Amino acid sequence: MSLSALVLHKNDNVATAVRPLESGDSIDVEVADCAVKIVLLQSIPFGHKFALQDIGWGERIIKYGETIGQATASIKKGEHVHIHNVEGLRGRGDRP
Amino acid sequence: MNFMGYRRRNGSVGTRNHVLVFPTVICASSVADMISRAVPGTVSVTHPHGCGHLGEEKEHIIKTMVGFCSHPNVAGVLLVGLGCELITPELIAGEIAKTGQRFEILSIQAEGGTNATVEKGKTLAAGLLEEAAAAGREPVDISELIIGTNCGGSDTLSGLTANPAVGVAADILVTEGGTVLLTETPEMIGAEDALGRRAADEGIEKRIREITSATEVLAKRVGVDMRGSEPSPGNIEGGLTTLEEKSLGAVLKGGTSTVRQVVGYAEKPTEKGLIIMDGPAHDAVSNTGMIAAGAQVIVFTTGRGTPLGAPIAPVIKVSSNSGIYRRMKENIDINAGDILEGKDSIKTIGERIFREIIEVASGKATRAEVLGHNEFAIHSLGLSV
Repeated sequence: MSLSALVLHKNDNVATAVRPLESGDSIDVEVADCAVKIVLLQSIPFGHKFALQDIGWGERIIKYGETIGQATASIKKGEHVHIHNVEGLRGRGDRP
Repeated sequence: MNFMGYRRRNGSVGTRNHVLVFPTVICASSVADMISRAVPGTVSVTHPHGCGHLGEEKEHIIKTMVGFCSHPNVAGVLLVGLGCELITPELIAGEIAKTGQRFEILSIQAEGGTNATVEKGKTLAAGLLEEAAAAGREPVDISELIIGTNCGGSDTLSGLTANPAVGVAADILVTEGGTVLLTETPEMIGAEDALGRRAADEGIEKRIREITSATEVLAKRVGVDMRGSEPSPGNIEGGLTTLEEKSLGAVLKGGTSTVRQVVGYAEKPTEKGLIIMDGPAHDAVSNTGMIAAGAQVIVFTTGRGTPLGAPIAPVIKVSSNSGIYRRMKENIDINAGDILEGKDSIKTIGERIFREIIEVASGKATRAEVLGHNEFAIHSLGLSV
């Protein structure tokens, strides 16, 4: 069966869509060998991320088990996670 | 664990048994190529270097050439020069003689032109081939193996499938006592914390931060702020949000082991395990640097597809998605895109890549070798006149 999204590390709080996903879809993702179901609150384009849990303002975004940035808004489980609600601690391509 | 390699006189181990026809200067490139074409079984390279280099650049080019020509994958080398160049066959020969490497030298001006040099070169190269044929493979412990990791033509999936899978293979190799090179310093900017935490000591952690800072400074000198330009608009459209995310996905191909040493471009590591080699992110330049540093096999991930090979070392190509695997099957050895079909996990593809590394090290030809890909490029530090 084709996968919908990948989680790279057990500590991650985001998953990456590996096909286009629609708002309202109920997505099965595997986190550390456990199946988790996430209902998407927004459509997620291929290659983009969504939240596996609620993430508060200023909290770290974790992918690969590492910090990839911090939330600039509170993010709900199932929401799209990208430059509109995350900023890098080191750099972000849309601004210096 | 063993692989089948060629044990050289100086104790080093090769995964191939090449006779290399190497021009030490661009002026000898065509002659080297003519000799190599006339003597099937030899391999040659083309490059724009060998003259006009100043200071640090000169030493750097010499180091790379010496590392390449004295590589254990090379049974013998025919060095071809012009006669009035800066980096002569004699200069390189003097260095590689210290490693016990078998060599012959030839200069176009001394031989009296193209045809005379090619004729004499054919005889010398054929002699080296005959000597090389006497070498045989024997079981060698995997701790003698150095693999170089690289990625090029990356896509959205590279950091999700191919790179993590190569990382699994890299971790197995390190656990078994082998060595893994991770390079492409520009792709480490933003991953310093992750790499730094895995450094064997504070000095190595400091070096990791030094090489990424130096790369940022270099970019700023030509007016580019990498923190403001990365990830690129195309990356953002593809789903990458921050520089950290992009870099973490790239460095994953080196695995998750302790970083034992940071070496310069084409510099031989003195430690085993995971080693960082400072260098640019240019595909062929990275490959050449890692081979000159001693890598006997390269593992290369790609999302958009690339045919890239190397003249003296096998390059194993791993695709990140099944689409490019189907379109460029002749160029790709392993498809990590199977992970997305739920057929395989990152772990099982990683284990397959590890087995492929052992088989290729033991003689199995890669797609790039079958097709005859010999791309070669040396990193240029700057000043040549």
